[in-house]
Amino acid sequence: MLRFIARRFLETIPVLIVIVTAAFFLVRYMPGGPFDSEKATTPEIRKNLEHYYGYDLPLYQQYFKYVGRALHGDLGISMKYLNRTVNEIIGDKLPVSLELGALSLLTALVIGLPLGVAASLRPNTWLDYLSSGFAMTGICLPTFVLGPLLVLVFAIHFGQFNASGWFEASDRVLPSLTLGMYYAAYIARLTRGGMLDVLNQDYIRTAKAKGASTTRVILKHALRGGILPVVSFLGPAVAGILTGSFVIETVFQIPGLGREFVNSVSNRDGSLICGLALLYATFLIFLNLLVDLAIAWLNPKLKFE
Amino acid sequence: MVSLSPKKLPSPDVTAGQLEQGHSLWHDAWIRLRKNKLAVIGGALLITLALLCGFGPFFAQAYYEQNLDLGAVAPCSAHWLGTDTLGRDLFARLLYGGRISLTVGLVATFVALTIGVTYGAVSGYAGGKTDAVMMRIVEIVAAMPFTVFVILLMVWFGRDIYLLFLAIGAVEWLTMARIVRGQIMTVKRMEFIEAARSLGLSNARIIFRHMIPNILGPIIVYTTLTIPSVMLLEAFLSFLGLGVQPPMSSWGSLIKDGAEKMEEFPWLLVAPGVVFSLTLFSLNFLGDGLRDALDVRASKD
Repeated sequence: MLRFIARRFLETIPVLIVIVTAAFFLVRYMPGGPFDSEKATTPEIRKNLEHYYGYDLPLYQQYFKYVGRALHGDLGISMKYLNRTVNEIIGDKLPVSLELGALSLLTALVIGLPLGVAASLRPNTWLDYLSSGFAMTGICLPTFVLGPLLVLVFAIHFGQFNASGWFEASDRVLPSLTLGMYYAAYIARLTRGGMLDVLNQDYIRTAKAKGASTTRVILKHALRGGILPVVSFLGPAVAGILTGSFVIETVFQIPGLGREFVNSVSNRDGSLICGLALLYATFLIFLNLLVDLAIAWLNPKLKFE
Repeated sequence: MVSLSPKKLPSPDVTAGQLEQGHSLWHDAWIRLRKNKLAVIGGALLITLALLCGFGPFFAQAYYEQNLDLGAVAPCSAHWLGTDTLGRDLFARLLYGGRISLTVGLVATFVALTIGVTYGAVSGYAGGKTDAVMMRIVEIVAAMPFTVFVILLMVWFGRDIYLLFLAIGAVEWLTMARIVRGQIMTVKRMEFIEAARSLGLSNARIIFRHMIPNILGPIIVYTTLTIPSVMLLEAFLSFLGLGVQPPMSSWGSLIKDGAEKMEEFPWLLVAPGVVFSLTLFSLNFLGDGLRDALDVRASKD
């Protein structure tokens, strides 16, 4: 097991090298550079700017300098906001995105798990159909349709919430619901399947025969095995919530990292694009690593493959 | 004691007329699929939508025809789904948008299918070090944040929708490659492959003539399920303003326009949103139906 972890950990290093290289060169050679603005800049100013960002150095030096700094956690200075570093921007916006992500994941679990369990206990009844219907609706309604629709109904028509912004506690409701719905649907579906597999097994019958209450049988015995598919889904879910926030933060005008990333592309803010790409990639890689470890830990059969 | 006398074999005296009518695997699957109401409804809806989007524009108003005096009107008899702020008929725009969205879905899926099947088959068939290296490459590409990748490609090559097809296809082949590789690895150890190899067939022929036809079921199912995710990705990009550019419109960009103007003109959001979601519904139901119908492990008979 320790060897597996070590091997899996070492494997992420080449992946990270490829990503930092690809991101650096794709951004460096992006057509329409960061210093091309409508206002004509004199050659002197341009030269100064290029010197400020180290663009006047030979390319290989730029690259190694960037990698060296990135290894120390320094992602450079933004090209749009001249006096702000990428690290400052991340420090500013990341907490908002993390809060949104955490709330969405929580919403997904709170809605999805009970629905899936309920459906598995009464298979092929109206409750099951209701749950499956919800799951299918959630999976097929993209966030960029659901989000504006929720705003239309609950913010504009009924006036219960603000249509956009991130100030009051109530501003959290619609965005996390929108982002969490898809994953709630998926989790409900997976929980139902997992629970149905488990509920027919002998140890559940044994537990019942020994006089355990239904609640105890479900919570203590069945759920443990039944939510295994959900556990392995959590990795992709967190990754999806991470990128899903691009749309949500745009729809609800939330000052998070996702919107900053989309903006950085239209601003041609090279260092910000590169830094955020690196951040997202690192996050996703370590997420994959964690999921692999969790699955190996839960399923001994996979350990030796 | 074991009897040593030779056992009499049953004589093959069954006449042709008594033979049970055989069903091919595909015929069985088709019957099972037809029993699945949701899958049939999904399939019918898709065919209707495809025909409407394919031929409808010949009869409808041109999607770019503006009528600034008219402006945005709610759905009425002249404009079934209303018009947008430039007085363009929304129904016509939906049909044209559907052409683009469906084409992106099909073409990008085809790209993903071609790359994924070939890559997965080669990797699974070769095995050993080649397989390890190829799968590591898949992992590296999968670890790339795909939105960044596609966005950078869009920035690089201008806003050409054919490149959008390619970019999306280049992202979506990974899962297909993994599935095909897994299937190939199970098929590889079977006797008929050994037989083919002992006949001296080339590797390419073994892979494409003998292995792929035997794993067609999972490939078809996964292809059906790739189309909605590709369409979703295209709409996602168009919604962020990075996909299809005006005056052309896909369902994604129509939803984007609608979301911007929904306060005054809600139908601009509702119509494309409903059509797009219905398409995703149909594709997912059809994919699930096909999986149940074709997946031998899941079926009882």
